Amino acid sequence: MRDIAANALDRALRPGVTYADVRTGDSRERQLATKNGQIAGISSTESRGVGIRVIADGCWGFAATDDLSPNGLETCASLAVAIARASALAKKHAVRLAPEDPYTDTWVSPSQIDPFTIPIDQQVALLLTADAEMRKNPGVTMSETGLVFSRTHQVFASSIGSVIDQTRTWSGGGIAAHCFKGDEIQKRSYPNSFGGQYQLRGWELIEELDLIAHAPRVAEEAVALHSADQCPEGEFNLILESSQLGLQIHESIGHPIELDRVLGSEANYAGMSFLTLDQLNTLKYGSGIVNVVCDARPQHGPGLGTFAYDDEGVPARCIDVIREGTFRGYMTSRESAITIGESRSNGTMRADGWNRLPLIRMTNVSLMPGEQSLAEVFDVDHGIYMETNKSWSIDDKRYNFQFGCEIGWEIRNGKRVRMLKNPTYSGISTEFWNACDAIADARHWTLWGVPNCGKGQPEQVMGTGHGASPSRFRKIKVGTGYAG
Amino acid sequence: MSLDRKQCRAVFSVVERAARARGVPDVELIIGGGSEALTRFANNTIHQNVSERGHHASIRVLTNQRTARVSTNRLDYDSITAAVDQAIEIARSLDADPELLPLVDASEIEQSNRHVPTTASSTPEDRARKVAEAIHIVESHSQIAAGIYSVEDSLEALFNSRGVDCYHTETLSRFSITAMAADSSGWAKAAAPDIELFDPIQLARIAARKAQQSANPREIEPGRYTVILEPAAVLDLVGQIFGDFSATALTDQRSFLNDRLGELLFSPTIHIEDDVRHPLQCGAPFDGEGVPRRKLTLVESGVPREVAYCRSAALKAGVDPTGHGYPIPNESGESPGNIVIRGGNQTLEQLIASTERGVLVTRLWYIREVDPYEKIMTGMTRDGTFLIERGEIVGGLRNFRFNQSVIELLRNVEAMTKEERASGEEAFDMVVPAMKVHDFNFTEVTRF
Repeated sequence: MRDIAANALDRALRPGVTYADVRTGDSRERQLATKNGQIAGISSTESRGVGIRVIADGCWGFAATDDLSPNGLETCASLAVAIARASALAKKHAVRLAPEDPYTDTWVSPSQIDPFTIPIDQQVALLLTADAEMRKNPGVTMSETGLVFSRTHQVFASSIGSVIDQTRTWSGGGIAAHCFKGDEIQKRSYPNSFGGQYQLRGWELIEELDLIAHAPRVAEEAVALHSADQCPEGEFNLILESSQLGLQIHESIGHPIELDRVLGSEANYAGMSFLTLDQLNTLKYGSGIVNVVCDARPQHGPGLGTFAYDDEGVPARCIDVIREGTFRGYMTSRESAITIGESRSNGTMRADGWNRLPLIRMTNVSLMPGEQSLAEVFDVDHGIYMETNKSWSIDDKRYNFQFGCEIGWEIRNGKRVRMLKNPTYSGISTEFWNACDAIADARHWTLWGVPNCGKGQPEQVMGTGHGASPSRFRKIKVGTGYAG
Repeated sequence: MSLDRKQCRAVFSVVERAARARGVPDVELIIGGGSEALTRFANNTIHQNVSERGHHASIRVLTNQRTARVSTNRLDYDSITAAVDQAIEIARSLDADPELLPLVDASEIEQSNRHVPTTASSTPEDRARKVAEAIHIVESHSQIAAGIYSVEDSLEALFNSRGVDCYHTETLSRFSITAMAADSSGWAKAAAPDIELFDPIQLARIAARKAQQSANPREIEPGRYTVILEPAAVLDLVGQIFGDFSATALTDQRSFLNDRLGELLFSPTIHIEDDVRHPLQCGAPFDGEGVPRRKLTLVESGVPREVAYCRSAALKAGVDPTGHGYPIPNESGESPGNIVIRGGNQTLEQLIASTERGVLVTRLWYIREVDPYEKIMTGMTRDGTFLIERGEIVGGLRNFRFNQSVIELLRNVEAMTKEERASGEEAFDMVVPAMKVHDFNFTEVTRF
């Protein structure tokens, strides 16, 4: 792949091209699923190709192809340059890039057990056993399980002299039980909804999740929800479990800090952001205990946003996003950083494959652990605790959100007193984070994976990481989803 | 340029030979791909401009009541042979599935001509010139434009060792534009197989007019309002329910139609079909199993009637498959994908003129399911929300969050325009009318 990258870069560097970079990708994915005790899917997918990005006549052009022959690379490079020159027909200003150093490096994400070496029949047997455990509960009307493994080898080469070779392997898995009765469908998932937990790890993640051990509880709760009381409407002390809080971070902090959104690049589709440039270093984004970072470095943990270099060849960095409640930083690219007077990109450009243009994407956007024990977080006279996302929605500037969870509990004097079904809550992003008054300590912090973040046109689906521990928020509006 | 039928058949012959050499005569090949070019603009300039070419081959083998699928985007002899070997190896490692069906036999499929050469040959310069014109329209209103202009040239082909030989190619062009003013915005979008069937300049004018009309938006209390949903808003919201018109979803008891098929559920004016051959529709006339798509009457006079059946669901129910199955193996079974909602005889202007007080909605955003059985959806209005008083648009409104049951919405329809092809962002393109509905449930107002 290094030779192909070098060949493609040579062909892109033609008269009038002031910058070029090339990414070759070679990816492999394995997916396994069961439903109601039957295999519902076994598939293996491979993809290989190259994407060429150039600046010519002051504009960007990008072309990608799966034809890696010399002719294919030549055609692709010619098209990228022709597209850039066509873009100049509607040019307002020439693209400028923040400076970056050249790097020659090789990085492989650490994992203990290569998931592709585990026999498929062993992986299927695990899922079928977990599936059977859920269906032992006669109230379960549908059971689902799944595993997914992915490995991508990418070589990045650019006209400033970088050659960066990265291999990332990630794994994911989970189970879910559904129960239809009367006029309701209830569902419980483990360890998270939307397929479970995903991390930049190997088979060891799946072993740690211990899906079989959790199957009976998941089934029991899905059935029990039918007998639970409806979550009330009103203002409550709200305690969120860490996976739900991870998605809350994703939607109400992660997306708003994307500088391309702020600058209007995504206005037609994903939208813009309330975090206008005048808010930097001034906005009271959260209470004083709220500290949020955007950290792609391996030392942050094995998140779906962990890498050594981004897809512009910028080294992984840790950015202060919110420090003691104050908004401190955007995610940037080489092009956008310079528009706000930053001297360097902070390395968040990512593409979901060789065939797509890198965009500013979340890496690992995490709420840092607090100082409270779990008992202290739950120490309220009256509140509601919610667990596991069921629905999520936020406006196109990221002010107003509403989330639904699979299950809730009423809390009285620090104790769970009754199960609640259909819990939802809503609010305004900054008001919500300013209402945070307890964050559990590092013992309860988990780095969750969101595998399905959509952005861009054509849409790209990216995996992002979000670390969080259970946290408490005062006077939050609860029950909106079923109001009216 | 997509692979032609002959090139696809050549790949299938490699698949067949490789499988037979391993003692597996039953194989299926799905080939997809082609090219997509997309010109993207924001801040009144083209900021991203991309092109992508590629194909993928998805190979399924059946052996001794076992099946597995392997996909690759490398179509050379060695890669295809390796993929076949891998599929056989995976399949042989599994336990037998007594319910696994044999490959489908060939049947006659009526072709649809949805490939327009002039669309396929559109160049980056063609698109850039049109985008520059559209930007000029928005700029002349002192607004900022953002959007896309794209062209796809794609193929779907399915072959199997029992003689199925399906091939479909089509083009699709899309233009979408957002016009942004100081405190308001407007949006318009269109998509069609023929790039000449819509006018980006006209869409730019619509977006600019909406941004102008919704300036200085006022805030009104959330609550239940009479609402006029433009076609894009209808498809994005109503489009959330069609995955439930599935025999497998009913068997799994995850469909809102469980215990409700055959009941009067919606307004008697609601009539919904799935019809791949409708002149305003797109898509291949066969499904992921190689079965011809049949027209379905999903809702007749407000009563849910038919659902889609893949082959295995059809066998269990003792009916014929309808041609809406996903490639096997899969978890979901089937679903309709060519929705046509029959409209009425009103114009949008008449819907507005007949409204004493209400809200006109251009577009909806970030729609997610709150309740799977009542089909309560939450989401936001966006890019052109207007207050109607005494039959006229009187100004823009701050955007609302809604929590609305789609069942209730379709029960509360008062009037509709004629159906048209519409394109949104939250569901696939459909042929739908604008709808006037009473008691639409807005639950919150956002800050803009």
